Amino acid sequence: MIECHHITKTYVHGDVQTTALKDVSFTIRDGEFIAIMGPSGSGKSTLMHILGCLDTPTSGDYILDGHKVSELSDDALADIRHEKIGFVFQSFNLLPRATVLRNVALPLVYAGAPPDEREKRAAGALRASGMPEDRWHHLSNQLSGGQMQRVAIARALVNDPSMVLADEPTGNLDTKTGEIVLGTFQELNRSGKHTIVLITHELYVAEHADRIIHIQDGEVLEDKKNPRKIIVQNHAI
Amino acid sequence: MRLGDIAQETYSSLTVNKVRSGLTILGIVIGIGSVIAMVSIGQGAQSSIESNIRSIGSNLLIVSPGAQRGPGVQVSAGRGSAQTLTRGDADAIANEVTGIQAVAPEISRRYQVTARGTNTNTQVIGTVPDYPAVRNVEVEEGGFIADQHLRSAAKVAILGPTTRDDLFGTSTTAIGQNIRINKVDFMVIGITKSKGGTGFLNQDDIVFIPLTTAQRFLSGDEYVTSVNVQTESADVMSTVQADITTLLLERHNIKDTTLADFNILNQADIVATAASVTGTFTLLLGAIAGISLLVGGIGIMNMMLTTVTERTREIGLRKAIGAKRRDISTQFLAESVMLTFLGGLFGIGLGWALAWLVSRFGGLTTTISLQSIALAVGVSAAIGIVFGWYPARRAARLNPIDALRYE
Repeated sequence: MIECHHITKTYVHGDVQTTALKDVSFTIRDGEFIAIMGPSGSGKSTLMHILGCLDTPTSGDYILDGHKVSELSDDALADIRHEKIGFVFQSFNLLPRATVLRNVALPLVYAGAPPDEREKRAAGALRASGMPEDRWHHLSNQLSGGQMQRVAIARALVNDPSMVLADEPTGNLDTKTGEIVLGTFQELNRSGKHTIVLITHELYVAEHADRIIHIQDGEVLEDKKNPRKIIVQNHAI
Repeated sequence: MRLGDIAQETYSSLTVNKVRSGLTILGIVIGIGSVIAMVSIGQGAQSSIESNIRSIGSNLLIVSPGAQRGPGVQVSAGRGSAQTLTRGDADAIANEVTGIQAVAPEISRRYQVTARGTNTNTQVIGTVPDYPAVRNVEVEEGGFIADQHLRSAAKVAILGPTTRDDLFGTSTTAIGQNIRINKVDFMVIGITKSKGGTGFLNQDDIVFIPLTTAQRFLSGDEYVTSVNVQTESADVMSTVQADITTLLLERHNIKDTTLADFNILNQADIVATAASVTGTFTLLLGAIAGISLLVGGIGIMNMMLTTVTERTREIGLRKAIGAKRRDISTQFLAESVMLTFLGGLFGIGLGWALAWLVSRFGGLTTTISLQSIALAVGVSAAIGIVFGWYPARRAARLNPIDALRYE
């Protein structure tokens, strides 16, 4: 359960004040697949940072699974990030010189899990993201874009987070591969274990979600169920 | 984060750019290596000088004639070298000054010494039976000068091992043979034990004869070249030195101490002076080498700062997936400490090799103490921490959002 109450974020650069978010409120129930959509500069990235506990709001409350996240220290935020949140980035952000397995297990390294448990959970996450097993020991810079994003999804899943935050996950992929990645998210969502928050500027991408929150100029413009959900039939690579 | 993970991350990031890591390590290798080599050379010089000084005896005062000095101008008052001390002075010192263990006057001069068909130019010392005790001379074979030799001005001689080899070779027995000094025949009655030393400092190229014999047959006068005085303990040396000064001034009828016609060398002073000179020397060498170590440390810092900048996005990602500040700073500190640790390890090897080369070809016995190795390892690890701390802190404090956006 994710609750945002009157969230405002203001950046101060010298004398100039920029308001990125103005009085944003919404609630996301567990297991929802939601898209946050808006043009660049709308404040959706700021919102994603706050939802991902990478940043705290200037005012208002952000409550994640009953924990009030505003006003936590850097290290406490880091703890929440590796317990509850999985990130998928536009540019994948994999460690190029590490194997696929190592990349996926990295969050568990910081959680202090023992090596054999890491391996087991990484394997489970890679299966869930549909990564073929013969690639698990490849270095991540030897993979294609679609495969890299699958590895990134597996890395996001390895901690068994309550929320997967995907920031323009299809932005660096061609349409077909992007479609497959979106299908993977839908597949994950169908299992009911993960809330998925997709941040995008494309309506077409947003339409793969159950609900779309429209952001413009730092305010929620529209928040409604997606009437025309696109369902990806075959997400095999 | 587990230790194994830190090690793995460190290994993989240091091996990405092997040339850069290698060059950075080289800076530390040269720094540590030169510190170890320089300190070992300094300590080697110190111990060799000190052992040289100690080999001439212990608690030793050497009274030698000095030029008489007039106010302002230095006037040479002797025939060639000043001769102002007599055997009477030596006896007076022995009888009238307290705190003295033994007194050994000596006459030393170089003579051509011949034996059957061989000859050598060497130091001939005329002295008394107490000399071996005072000047740390040990007799290997036969005996030293005895009281009866002194009383009868016997023509007997004790050879140093080098002189023995020069005159008789190593195969034949020297004892009982005759040698000729300044056309006077002497019988060899003893050989001293080797004391080492080379060149000017060769204490083995020497011939001892009774003092009375030297005065009667060789120099023909009453003067002695110097008087060696051994005190009872190190504590009384300065008192004894003052007493001897007073006594000799009185005997030589000199009122003004600045006009004294003799000098007293105090062995403790020589040791202290030499120790302070070699200590300063070691410090200087160490400091110069330390500068190169400092430069190596700056190289580490430079490399780590570059690495942090290059890996900004990676740091952002690590933070996003749950790395705490401490995890990030530990990782970067581990890298810089690993660099300096490896540098320290190879540096010890280099320093050891340099010290060995100096011992082998430089004619100076160098000593590598465990202390200097421990110091080098400690210093290199400390450099890793000191110069790695700032870059690591910078990495740990990166804002994950900014770091993820970094191009």
